[in-house]
Amino acid sequence: MVVLWTDALIYLLIVVILALGLYLRGKEHIKRPLQQISRSKIGMVSLVVLLFFVLIGLLDSVHFKPADDKKNEIISLLDDWATPLREHGEKTYSAPFATTLYSKEMMTLADGSMQWGYPRLEFGGRHLSNPEIEKVPDILQKTVYGLAQGASLIGFFMLLMWMLLVEQHKRFMRSSTAKTVWAVAFFMVSFSYALIYLSGYYHVFGTDKVGEDVFYQAVKSIRTGLVIGTLTTLIMLPMAIIFGILAGFFRGWVDDIIQYIYTTLNSIPGVLLIAASILMVQVYMANHEAAFTSVIVRADTRLLFLCMILGVTSWTGLCRLLRAETLKLREMEYVQAASALGVKQGAILLRHILPNVMHIVLISVVLDFSSLVLAEAVLSYINIGVDPTSYSWGNMINGARLEMAREPIVWWSLTAAFVFMFALVLAANLFADVVQDAFDPRRSGNE
Amino acid sequence: MNNPILAIRHLSVTFNHRQTVVDDISFEIHAGETFALVGESGSGKSITALSVLRLLPNNARLNAEAVNLHGDNLLNHSEFELCKIRGRRIGFIFQDPMSSLNPVMTIGGQIEEVIKLHFDLPRDAVKQRVLELLQQVEIPEPQQRIKDYPHQLSGGQRQRVMIAIALAGKPDLLIADEPTTSLDVTIQAQILGLLKAIQQQTGMALWLISHDLTLVSTMADRVAVMQQGKIVETGLTAEFFNQPKHPYTRKLLDALPLMQSCLAHKTEEKPPLLQVSDFYCYYPIRKGIFKRVVDFVRAVDGVSFNIQQGKTLALVGESGCGKTTLGKSLLNLIPGSGRVVINGVELNALTGEALRKQRANIQIVFQDPFSSMNPRMLVGDIIAEGIRALHPKASSDERKARVRQLLQQVDLPTDSALRYPHEFSGGQRQRICIARALAVDPKLIVCDEPTSALDVSVQAQIIQLLKTLQQEKGVSYLFITHDLAVVAEIADDVAVMYQGKIIEQGSVAEVLTQPKQAYTKKLLAAVPVLKMDH
Repeated sequence: MVVLWTDALIYLLIVVILALGLYLRGKEHIKRPLQQISRSKIGMVSLVVLLFFVLIGLLDSVHFKPADDKKNEIISLLDDWATPLREHGEKTYSAPFATTLYSKEMMTLADGSMQWGYPRLEFGGRHLSNPEIEKVPDILQKTVYGLAQGASLIGFFMLLMWMLLVEQHKRFMRSSTAKTVWAVAFFMVSFSYALIYLSGYYHVFGTDKVGEDVFYQAVKSIRTGLVIGTLTTLIMLPMAIIFGILAGFFRGWVDDIIQYIYTTLNSIPGVLLIAASILMVQVYMANHEAAFTSVIVRADTRLLFLCMILGVTSWTGLCRLLRAETLKLREMEYVQAASALGVKQGAILLRHILPNVMHIVLISVVLDFSSLVLAEAVLSYINIGVDPTSYSWGNMINGARLEMAREPIVWWSLTAAFVFMFALVLAANLFADVVQDAFDPRRSGNE
Repeated sequence: MNNPILAIRHLSVTFNHRQTVVDDISFEIHAGETFALVGESGSGKSITALSVLRLLPNNARLNAEAVNLHGDNLLNHSEFELCKIRGRRIGFIFQDPMSSLNPVMTIGGQIEEVIKLHFDLPRDAVKQRVLELLQQVEIPEPQQRIKDYPHQLSGGQRQRVMIAIALAGKPDLLIADEPTTSLDVTIQAQILGLLKAIQQQTGMALWLISHDLTLVSTMADRVAVMQQGKIVETGLTAEFFNQPKHPYTRKLLDALPLMQSCLAHKTEEKPPLLQVSDFYCYYPIRKGIFKRVVDFVRAVDGVSFNIQQGKTLALVGESGCGKTTLGKSLLNLIPGSGRVVINGVELNALTGEALRKQRANIQIVFQDPFSSMNPRMLVGDIIAEGIRALHPKASSDERKARVRQLLQQVDLPTDSALRYPHEFSGGQRQRICIARALAVDPKLIVCDEPTSALDVSVQAQIIQLLKTLQQEKGVSYLFITHDLAVVAEIADDVAVMYQGKIIEQGSVAEVLTQPKQAYTKKLLAAVPVLKMDH
């Protein structure tokens, strides 16, 4: 097993989340908003969609060197399962569900003569002998078959869970929110199973310029998006929280210095900083080639650096919010009462200020997540995002933009990236709304 | 008299389909009379008023047989028609003059808005009417004031503007929802006098909503008492205060602090616990880019006083006179200068760790029981916080035992330790705050208006608790308040504060019965006294 830097941080993040969950278990002021979230249909459905993405991202974060490998390649669990998809490359562009290439070329027929036409694909629809007639019925049949298999799989799991549940949980499962969640999970699992099944025979989202399967690219991009969305926050949070609270609590020269730092940082265009630091990493990697032998290691280092520099440029907003909130909280009477009781300042910060700004942190983390995923796409588009060899929605869009002017248009790369990104960001935004409603004390009171 | 202006029959209001706030009430208001609806907080009196104008929040459900205004059922009117009634036939004054006025509109503009809405007048006539109204509510120099913004006016003046807005539509009925609660005693007396005068001029009916029984006794012709959404007693004011029938009414009247009780205090001398001399607390006013100090706000301006062991000194004054600042700077929460000696130790010579150790001697109980406890901490942890900070060696079992004991002392169940502050009512929270202060065995507790956010009956209980604790533990209080009746109940000595200075001090009987300074006399005169004989 090979642990890349971002993998390690993702594992750390999971450990932190689990520890936080254990610590907050049974805390009344956290429990109530969580219950409110669990009652919200939109919240739970978007959470299921998010978890689905996270699961794929996690599968893609367990890297290893295959035993029988000759190419010195590092692959992930997801790659391992998607090996046929990964290796079924075509020559160049082909449309979704196509059986022939997208452009004409000279091909040699069986009798040795040459012909100008659309050659058959090497893998897409190979099992058909007469594509014109057989293709549509075959696709329909395979879709139904895949759906049925997926449905029976998830149905079996649900039945198993229902039987294992205790009576108390069963009552919860009968609520309308739980039913909606089950319906969404059912639909998603059977739909994606059908997609996977179909992609064994066709390129369901077509192929790109070098003949790589677009569906595979889009799925691989999930990890990049998630890493940028979560690791950046992980880097940004400590800075925002520590600086914000210190500035608000101590005021005076501490506040002056911190304010000076973040106003300066805020007035430098973020894109410039990012471009400069990415350039720096590239130079560093070029000078230390021995340490970066594998393509995936190089791409990973660049991704990590992108996260870091995004984190460094984006903590100022939250820091400001926290400073303002702390300024308000430090005048609260319970803080004054604590200092009248002789509680030390560090303890006041930890016990009275920090827990009372956590709802702001939570809300802004969820809101920032979606904007960071979108930021990645924009940065990759102007070539200062993730490594061009790694899979990301930004790279897919960047690659597709050159073909937008082509006639007939190559639309599938762009569409696939758009659909995946849209689903993730929409789910994250809807979830953020629900979280905000639940944790904002001014709103949660009145239903 | 047979034709009431407003007649409410069988009105109920339910929140979220389960919580009944107003429960089947009926009453009438006649022309020219003052009708008072009295009750403790949460009894549903404001909701009743709002439901007449259908201004209820979205999750409320209104149910009534009839709400008749001049025999015309308001429930049959559409929202559009109701807009013509609100402000035109029924005027409304809200409790808080600070937040009821739009801060970015001139007061003239805000009054004009209402006039234009209800009357089709030429511009000059509208201007003329605005001036008339400002004169009617006795705002000095209305010509100049008309272009002022709300922040340029004092609290009392803002409430006058609110009244002018309510009067702009020439209503037949004026609803005043706690019109003077957030004002000082002297201003309160002025506003009430103004309302009475205007009522006599215009002959409109006044519906007064209040929690203050003494105020009601001076203003109202008829009174109704509300308890948990029900009207438990209605009657003419004279009958009502002389022969209350319902036990709840009697309980409310008994809970009222009486000015006479000040005579009962013993006047034996005790050794002094706290000596404060020449105490100053200035806030610098900074101007310019270099933040040069150009002047000071003299919040506390050279104050000297003593507190005796086991006695209570009441610090009385109107809002903004510096009494809270003084209390907080005694605890070093706000920097102040001057000599403060407690129990023989001079406090202002201490800093850092030495000061932290001396913290145990003085503790504070705040006014607002809702913001004085960390909502994210268990009650047990809140009370134990001081023990943890000042006696770090105490084991967790000792701490728990101490918390249990403290909870018993303030008459709370011992299982409260494992609950969160929001699960308690205002009075219970104030008890927790007292327990938190007691945890470190202080010699002196600064009580900063501890009862002014509480209902009358709860206020009486808290005062009783404070007295009992004083007898048991010999703790002294610095009791900061604006309510002279409470002073009479609890204090041994009184200091009257005015613009940062103590202008009069002495034993409670002396100051309250034979005041020497004109300001003290004015304060005492403004206190509404329960009128028993109408």
